[in-house]
Amino acid sequence: MDFVSILSIFVLACFVGYYVVWSVTPALHTPLMAVTNAISSVIIVGALVASAAQGSPLAKWLGLGAVVLASVNIFGGFAVTERMLAMYRKKDKPAAKAKQAPPSAQAGGER
Amino acid sequence: MEAHALNPWVAGAYLVAGICFILALRGLSSPSTSRAGNRYGMLGMAIAVATTLLTHEIASLPEILGAIAIGGGIGFVIARRIQMTAMPQLVAAFHSLVGLAAVLVGIAAYYNPAAFGILAAGGLDILKGSRIEMGLGVAIGAVTFSGSVIAFAKLNGNMSGAPILIPGRHVINLAALVAIVVLVGLFHWNTPALFWAIVLLSFAIGFLLIIPIGGADMPVVVSMLNSYSGWAAAAMGFTLHNTAMIITGALVGSSGAILSYIMCKAMNRSFISVIAGGFGAEAGAGGGAAVSDRPWKRGSAEDAAFLMKEAENVIIIPGYGMAVAQAQHVLREMADRLKAHGVGVKYAIHPVAGRMPGHMNVLLAEANVPYDEVFELEDINGEFAQCDVAFIIGANDVVNPAAKTDKSSPIYGMPVFDVEKAKTIFFIKRSMGGQGYAGVDNEVFYMDQTMMLLADAKKMVEDIVKALAD
Repeated sequence: MDFVSILSIFVLACFVGYYVVWSVTPALHTPLMAVTNAISSVIIVGALVASAAQGSPLAKWLGLGAVVLASVNIFGGFAVTERMLAMYRKKDKPAAKAKQAPPSAQAGGER
Repeated sequence: MEAHALNPWVAGAYLVAGICFILALRGLSSPSTSRAGNRYGMLGMAIAVATTLLTHEIASLPEILGAIAIGGGIGFVIARRIQMTAMPQLVAAFHSLVGLAAVLVGIAAYYNPAAFGILAAGGLDILKGSRIEMGLGVAIGAVTFSGSVIAFAKLNGNMSGAPILIPGRHVINLAALVAIVVLVGLFHWNTPALFWAIVLLSFAIGFLLIIPIGGADMPVVVSMLNSYSGWAAAAMGFTLHNTAMIITGALVGSSGAILSYIMCKAMNRSFISVIAGGFGAEAGAGGGAAVSDRPWKRGSAEDAAFLMKEAENVIIIPGYGMAVAQAQHVLREMADRLKAHGVGVKYAIHPVAGRMPGHMNVLLAEANVPYDEVFELEDINGEFAQCDVAFIIGANDVVNPAAKTDKSSPIYGMPVFDVEKAKTIFFIKRSMGGQGYAGVDNEVFYMDQTMMLLADAKKMVEDIVKALAD
């Protein structure tokens, strides 16, 4: 690929990122950081290439080091995101609440 | 080795991985779709890794699998065990790993360019363009690493959260930044000395940049480092001509940048002023003492329980103090008891409450607070006028009316909650001494309808729960 096509992909992806991220609800900004952190570890691709290749032992070991670091991030990042997202839940259905009848205005007014 | 870059199937696979990552972020637009989004993220990563492993000749598969197992195991255990209140530190630590990984990959590419297919045709030298991209990637990676290490130390309490101000730091930082840019440009001429100078100088600038920034400005710093980790990945993607890395890098880079922007806006401060640091360092000493002998009312847990039980609606405003005291669970219990009395309970969250974007939301979610009871600043601010009780727990600057009225205040212009419109205000605070991060006095303490509940947040809420039970 030539530089211009790579640059085009990059610029378009920046725009996609801009619009997608603005649509993320503020309540999920912490999971957003955790998951972006996990996916930025796609740098593991570079680490794998370095550690798979023959020719330079130094490059191989540096690559393996990077594989370890990126793996911590990938597994840790996705797992912690999953853990956080599992905690977000909606309000229980009416059953659990309102033992005594609340003043009518707010029973309906509360979203 | 060039062959793999030209294979359309491989390029297609990386593109699919990139699209999965876009869907992962897209899922976060609502809590109900977020978990599916996260699965897309995992799928994308699996595709990227599998494609790489399947399309390269691998001389060291056992070592690679071992490395993935070790790293993955560590990551998984950390993710399981980490306390939700420690999320900001964890994210900072993870950022540092991405940064360091980028640096290692950059160095590896420098010493074995043939593996990455970036040798100039027929020669032994690396392509000029690739060298510059590589220099840039390594520089951003190194800044991300050292900056995140400092952010981690500050958030984790290994280092004081107070700004550390080195004399002449602006000049030093600026000079170092210019030097890095010049060196990356010069990397056009291939000498190892230049390469290592870029690496070392970038590590240094990462430390220098974050050291002067105070603890409560960390939401901006963490978002900024998030952004850098993305740009580092994108730069390495340019070097390796890998679409998955470029798309992901751009996504993460813009995500972090947007979050930084949101945080700065929520404090009415410019990005530059946050990065320049030092906020809250000077103000802390002066403002407080002079006004603290003004009369204020002290309330008790029983007062709070009685008044809230009789109220029609209560708005709870949590802040970093709630996280420190780990009071989120008992707070939810209090809300449950109030609801059993027919009181409407809502939570109001300021964008910069806590130490990272969305910090309070995660803690409330952890305590089983339904997310549809939790509201953002602009959605709930109009309701304080009809609100019987505003219950402030561990927040301070975000409810300070000085932000609206006092032009000389360091927080002037910051959007704040209109708590002073509520009929009654309960303000949980450790003591009357502390002044919040900005070091400014808060008019709300002295208002007629305010009762100060001076105690540890968790202890106080526990007492209120007990009083509600009677």
